[in-house]
Amino acid sequence: MISIDRTANQLQTVDLANLPAQDTALEIRNLDLSYADKQALFDVSMKIPKKQVTAFIGPSGCGKSTLLRCINRMNDLVDTCKIGGEILLHGQNIYDKKVDVASLRRNVGMVFQRPNPFPKSIYENVVYGLRLQGLNNRRELDEAAERSLRGAAIWDEVKDRLHDNAFGLSGGQQQRLVIARAIAIEPEVLLLDEPTSALDPISTLTIEELITELKEKYTVVIVTHNMQQAARVSDQTAFMYMGELVEYANTNTIFTTPKKRKTEDYITGRYG
Amino acid sequence: MEKLNTNKHISGQFNAELEDIRNRVLAMGGLVERQLEQSLDALAGLDADLARTVIEGDHKVNGMEVAIDEECTRIIAKRQPAASDLRLIITISKTISDLERIGDACVRIAKAAVDKRAKSQEPLLVSIESMGRHATRTLHATLDALARMDVEKAFALHKEDAKLDREYEGIIRQLMTYMMEDPRSIPGVLDVLWAARAVERVGDRCKNICEYIIYYVKGKDVRHTSYEEMEKDIIN
Repeated sequence: MISIDRTANQLQTVDLANLPAQDTALEIRNLDLSYADKQALFDVSMKIPKKQVTAFIGPSGCGKSTLLRCINRMNDLVDTCKIGGEILLHGQNIYDKKVDVASLRRNVGMVFQRPNPFPKSIYENVVYGLRLQGLNNRRELDEAAERSLRGAAIWDEVKDRLHDNAFGLSGGQQQRLVIARAIAIEPEVLLLDEPTSALDPISTLTIEELITELKEKYTVVIVTHNMQQAARVSDQTAFMYMGELVEYANTNTIFTTPKKRKTEDYITGRYG
Repeated sequence: MEKLNTNKHISGQFNAELEDIRNRVLAMGGLVERQLEQSLDALAGLDADLARTVIEGDHKVNGMEVAIDEECTRIIAKRQPAASDLRLIITISKTISDLERIGDACVRIAKAAVDKRAKSQEPLLVSIESMGRHATRTLHATLDALARMDVEKAFALHKEDAKLDREYEGIIRQLMTYMMEDPRSIPGVLDVLWAARAVERVGDRCKNICEYIIYYVKGKDVRHTSYEEMEKDIIN
């Protein structure tokens, strides 16, 4: 029997195990993390591909947010937190003593669950990071503001009221404004920690649409409780359970034919 | 992977819904199996009444297909099934369309039993019977494999379809000699040929169902692949 050619039909998938260096945005190697004497992450190793969306899913307390926060060293703020292993960005361990945390966070932006605009105008929110970097040229700031707001798919909604207070925006708009603020300083990686969990379904869809656009320019890593959201927006999905990375593969594989029983049980809503 | 379970969802209602469509597919399979047996009985005994019962019974098969399909759509909309749940729904949705086509084949066989032209070829109709019984056994075994989601059995049955194909070829050769001997018999012989063809198609439909079973259990689409590739997929 002549087999049909299936390659034409196959979606382009990334070989995560053998991801070449030029396509890797971040490499996590044997990461362990504990808060006081409670270990939260166990030997996590993975490569996050460039300009793609990678989703972390798993039940509450599985360590997915902790892992995400490691990527821009947010856990440094927790005194009792101990970290082993490495996270490589451009081949350099971000936990190396030489690394300046502020510049790391310029490269790795983060957006949280609840929109957190500053109590300032929409415009000032967006250019805040640039002003911090010492940029004061009005024209350049205007350009950056428009570019970022367009990039966050909110320009048309706010262009006539750039100087109104950001708190006047709806939750969904605030979240997109925060994304605009994050991309204004042009990071390489954007970390999204449950960015839509406080939003209504329509705003959620707008943000999801935006995430797909963002990956043209940025590497996006998203933590989500909503499995369907991971299925919709991400290219790669990592399933975590009790601090361990159980399965990490192409999203299509995870949602149709996961290899591990635990993943299967979780995504189909069975008892673990 | 370990054996898949349709139950054990956190949502008991979802368990019930999946269990329900599974049962309905098996009930539909049972009905189609009976239709096939009766159509062959009708053909063997040239029993026009029984044949008519089969022809009339087909609307039940059609109705079941539509109802199960609707239920599948509803489950997809409400539950957004993933992984093995999704594969189960797809397997069911495809299986019922093949079962419905087997139902149509039964009607075709039954029609040969009431057809006057075909009746004139009685000895030929009898030759279909043994092939027909073979197809019935295959269907029965396929439904059994479906009920247990038994991938090894599905694979074995898939391979066995070749036997039915050979029987069909034998009948065709036989029918051709009849036609060559007496061209006046051609219309009647053609009717018999359609019936034989319908029986042969039952085997092909069973083969499709076996492919869906393998897809459900192993997550591999084995359509249009060689047996070596299939075996590799099943062992892994």
